[in-house]
Amino acid sequence: MLTNLFDGVAYGMLLFLIACGLSVTLGLMNLINLAHGAFAMAGGYITVVLVNRMGVPFFAALPLAFFGSALIGLLLERTLYIHIYRKPHLDQVMFSIGLVFMAMSGTGWLLGTGQVFVDLPKFLSYRFDIFGLLSVGAYRLLIIAVCGVLALTLQLAIAKTRFGAQLRAAVDDPTVARGLGINVDLVFAVTFSVGSGLAGLGGALGAELLGLDPSFPVKFMVYFLIVVAVGGSAGMVGPLVAALLLGVADVSGKYYLPEVGAFIIYLVMIVVLLWRPQGLFSRAGGR
Amino acid sequence: MSATKYDRAANIARAEAALHDVAKIKRAEIVFWLAALASVFFLQDQYLLLNEVAITGLFALSLDLILGYGGIVSLGHAAFFGVGCYAAGLLTKYGVQDPIIGLFIVAAITAALGFATSFLVLRGTDLTRIMVTLAVGVLLGELANRLPRLTGGADGMQGIDPGLLLGRFEFDIFGQVAYIYSLIVLFVLFVIARRFVFSPFGWSIRAVKENQLRTSAIGIPVTGRLVVVYTVAAAYAGVAGALLTQTTSFASLDVLAFHRSADLLLILIIGGTGYLYGGIIGALLFKIVQDAIATFTPEYWEFWIGLILVAFVLIGRERIIGAPMWIWRRLRGAA
Repeated sequence: MLTNLFDGVAYGMLLFLIACGLSVTLGLMNLINLAHGAFAMAGGYITVVLVNRMGVPFFAALPLAFFGSALIGLLLERTLYIHIYRKPHLDQVMFSIGLVFMAMSGTGWLLGTGQVFVDLPKFLSYRFDIFGLLSVGAYRLLIIAVCGVLALTLQLAIAKTRFGAQLRAAVDDPTVARGLGINVDLVFAVTFSVGSGLAGLGGALGAELLGLDPSFPVKFMVYFLIVVAVGGSAGMVGPLVAALLLGVADVSGKYYLPEVGAFIIYLVMIVVLLWRPQGLFSRAGGR
Repeated sequence: MSATKYDRAANIARAEAALHDVAKIKRAEIVFWLAALASVFFLQDQYLLLNEVAITGLFALSLDLILGYGGIVSLGHAAFFGVGCYAAGLLTKYGVQDPIIGLFIVAAITAALGFATSFLVLRGTDLTRIMVTLAVGVLLGELANRLPRLTGGADGMQGIDPGLLLGRFEFDIFGQVAYIYSLIVLFVLFVIARRFVFSPFGWSIRAVKENQLRTSAIGIPVTGRLVVVYTVAAAYAGVAGALLTQTTSFASLDVLAFHRSADLLLILIIGGTGYLYGGIIGALLFKIVQDAIATFTPEYWEFWIGLILVAFVLIGRERIIGAPMWIWRRLRGAA
């Protein structure tokens, strides 16, 4: 029971780490980016290549996965995404689906279409019992620790720092923000890049838990969208709570009710969207 | 003052004449359908491909109704197509052998499904709609996967044996009967759709797309109009799915897959939205392109489809679709 809860929390933390960038670009900047999962996949594959083929230690590969995905995100934002911020939603949908298709078959072509696994350090497969109630895996504990620290950092960065204030201003009203001397393009580019990098880190950390293959961006697309839609767009707390709920519901749903488990999350999402179309934690006056 | 006097009757007459002009059958349309008819006689070795084009064209036509006329972006339209597929398969397996009766039943089933889900879809913003349609599509795909006794699961539904068409024609392996059947169904449904969009009702749906607030201000029930068009489109998609099952005697999970909804969006965008022919022309172009790409890179053709999508958005839909028209006008202007 508690073990399930623990695994669900680890799963939810991963979903949060991957989706938090999306909650800014989609939730705040109103850019429908269905290709967000592709950045997570990029991080995962960077780790696989570094660890398995080049023998880089797992913990050294994680930051590289972050920077690699962030760099890809930055390049794509500067060259392609910048043209579609103001396009109609239909164009954004088509554009990002196109990117997903390219990422999926490109990855399949380069690295094979089968599922890949990261050679994790031995000690991460260690499990220990706590009073016989809870069986804690070191790997999941690591995920929870890393994601927890990052979530806290992000919330502080957005709420307390100068850059966070600039981002909030740029999102609320780009024109006025420009008038105040904020370099809106730069703020968006940095945000997009960091969001992609975090997704990449999530993909790298979670490659083992989520399962990594070229269909990753489509398989988890709905999950990331749920986190954003249910979490709303007021800071990082909403998406975090949404991701944790989703993770716990999904893991225990599939465990206790294997027949209907896969449906629960979709039903929950539809119900939530009908009940509160702006998400559970929406901000008054926000867009 | 009499010169500028408001003449209500004359204004109404003028507006009616203008609407009538738009709705008139154009020469290009007659040429289009004659070409379709000619394909039956001259492209005998392409029947199987053409059959797919006709079915996909009908499917894209149904998306055009909600996207091009209603303005609803859907990422889960394959849901209705897939339900149509499986419903037709089940009907054929368990009693209703006649294909045409099957079509009517499938249309009724998918229309009911469309009506029921329209209330979920019509709430909220574009994003909510995209997510809800996506979720409904994934949900149905998962359902079909979990009910192997009914759908055959991952192996697909086998042993579908549709009866004789009109009690006389058997579906042959060359796809002749299949193509003619699909083409006639497409034509009939197209004519109905054409009547529908040029009726006052159809014009009011266009008005809803242009501006929901103003449309409701002049007394048109916005939600009611969209519910109707969504229901009709669902029935069309269901019929397209049923045609696929009946003419290929097979239904698999692929019909509910996400890429089918995404491809469909691409097909409609290639052909152009909001003039009914876009779906059919797009389906033809898509199949030709897909065939061409698949011959030199059978595994990774999706990459090129993705590239086309990205290029389409970055260069601009209007510019690419408008290019042939622009060249045509230049040529005529020069002559």
